[in-house]
Amino acid sequence: MSMTMTQKILAKHAGLEKVEAGQLVLVSLDRVLGNDITSPVAIREFERLGVDTVYDKDKVTMVMDHFAPNKDIKAAIQCKTCRDFCDKHDVTHFYDVGQMGIEHALLPEKGLVLPGDVVIGADSHTCTYGALGAFSTGVGSTDMACGMATGKAWFKVPSAIKFVLKGKLNKFVSGKDLILHIIGKIGVDGALYKSMEFTGEGVSSLTVFDRLTVSNMAIEAGAKNGIFEVDEQTVAYIKERTDKEFTVYKADEDAVYEATYEIDLSEIRSTVAFPHLPENTKTFDEIGDIKIDQVVIGSCTNGHYKDLEEAAEIFKGRKVAKRVRAIIIPATQDIYLKAVENGLVKIFVEAGCVVSTPTCGPCLGGHMGILAAGERAVATTNRNFVGRMGHVDSEVYLASPAVAAASAIAGKIAEPSEVLQ
Amino acid sequence: MRFQGNAIKYGDNVDTDVIIPARYLNTSDNKELASHCMEDIDKTFVSRVQAGDIMIGGFNFGCGSSREHAPIAIKESGISLVIAKSFARIFYRNAINIGLAILECAEAVEGIAEGDIIEADLDEGVIYNKTTGKSFKTQPFPAFIQKIIANGGLVASIKNGEIK
Repeated sequence: MSMTMTQKILAKHAGLEKVEAGQLVLVSLDRVLGNDITSPVAIREFERLGVDTVYDKDKVTMVMDHFAPNKDIKAAIQCKTCRDFCDKHDVTHFYDVGQMGIEHALLPEKGLVLPGDVVIGADSHTCTYGALGAFSTGVGSTDMACGMATGKAWFKVPSAIKFVLKGKLNKFVSGKDLILHIIGKIGVDGALYKSMEFTGEGVSSLTVFDRLTVSNMAIEAGAKNGIFEVDEQTVAYIKERTDKEFTVYKADEDAVYEATYEIDLSEIRSTVAFPHLPENTKTFDEIGDIKIDQVVIGSCTNGHYKDLEEAAEIFKGRKVAKRVRAIIIPATQDIYLKAVENGLVKIFVEAGCVVSTPTCGPCLGGHMGILAAGERAVATTNRNFVGRMGHVDSEVYLASPAVAAASAIAGKIAEPSEVLQ
Repeated sequence: MRFQGNAIKYGDNVDTDVIIPARYLNTSDNKELASHCMEDIDKTFVSRVQAGDIMIGGFNFGCGSSREHAPIAIKESGISLVIAKSFARIFYRNAINIGLAILECAEAVEGIAEGDIIEADLDEGVIYNKTTGKSFKTQPFPAFIQKIIANGGLVASIKNGEIK
């Protein structure tokens, strides 16, 4: 049949036996997602459509995470618009302050995405769920509105790039280093309009959380989606959260890929993306003495419990450097609670960090840690564009939780080994 | 659809954070969004853009976030058409869905300088630089997408029953 994983999922959801790269297809949607920034525009367009209600109240999902808890009056109005809409249409999965987390950490945690699903979200990092073997991709508010109304979306079937993983990551090297390495190699448009498909025996050595981080940043290489082959770990992760049935799709042996990269995970080193593009990657042999003002550990990319645990291992018994602000943001309420129960929050606070309620906040320069002109941050977030975390003359360096924690202690961009002695 | 306007040119990887910084995403008011368009890379844009002007970009135009506020801000500011070497895929979709005309043509971008007077025909995929007298040909949109644009965007296409 010569189809990639992505093509098989799209074919199934379009009711077709076979699809080819370049073909335009109309597919049915298993979930339509929006947040407090993109949903108000979608709601406006939805009203213009003149339909009575949403196509499926269990499948439309809204998460108040970007500027929530409301950062100002305008943000409060936007969240209220979403809340009122979800009340009116009896939307089951509406997550507000108290239940919400950062959407792309929250949906997998709640078991709302299954392998083989098609998910669209009015947020570019919707590609995260590829880690679970789903086809998921970011769209705009109009696509979200039309998806909420019809349960369908049109796609051009993508061609694909294959990444064959082997070996195992070293201690304190994680999914973040892997994806930064890949983006550094292929560039911010290296996978433009395409799927990134991750396969090989190395996949099983990556935790589901590492995979979520990798798929999350597929968009930073321009990709339409970034999908992992489903293995026992994926199935165990899903079964812990839901008893719904799902289908696992594997690429055909003769599936066509535009390029294939073989990556030995044991060769990946701690990697940092310098301003102002995620492709400006360097490893520590190329990084000099770069003083920093702030560290952010969190976001949809790296706000998982595993990420906090890695940071805590480095912060334990150490102090954040003088004149550095370290901000830790657990991605969901469950992660927050687990971090409290297991003593991680105590470690962070004793080290001199602050721990925030879940929010996208500083990642997109919204609130909770905005930079002034001339300031530098090391962040576990996903973008380091001009002005991304604040002033246009500030700088963001993207890194793993371990590097971010080590940097907070060293007061400069640092590898874990530099502070662990 | 035909367009004529002055070129306003930017480089590669113009991201949605510079098109409309996230600090202004606490509103979905089109006019307010337009008043901050391009602010983080070009503070003069808002004051100099004229209705009908054509924005020129390099590779990967509109990369980054899925915010539809980005094409909305560009359209509302008066830009009639964006020509780029390539577009980031979500921006590409969003532009079509809200009815902001776009064309992908690397040669044209190389052959256009800031301030040049540009004519373009979307149906034919022809771009003409009136200032230099050079003409460029690119692929017109697939029929499916032309239909969405002709209907005035995705919402109108669904209302018309074109997409069920």
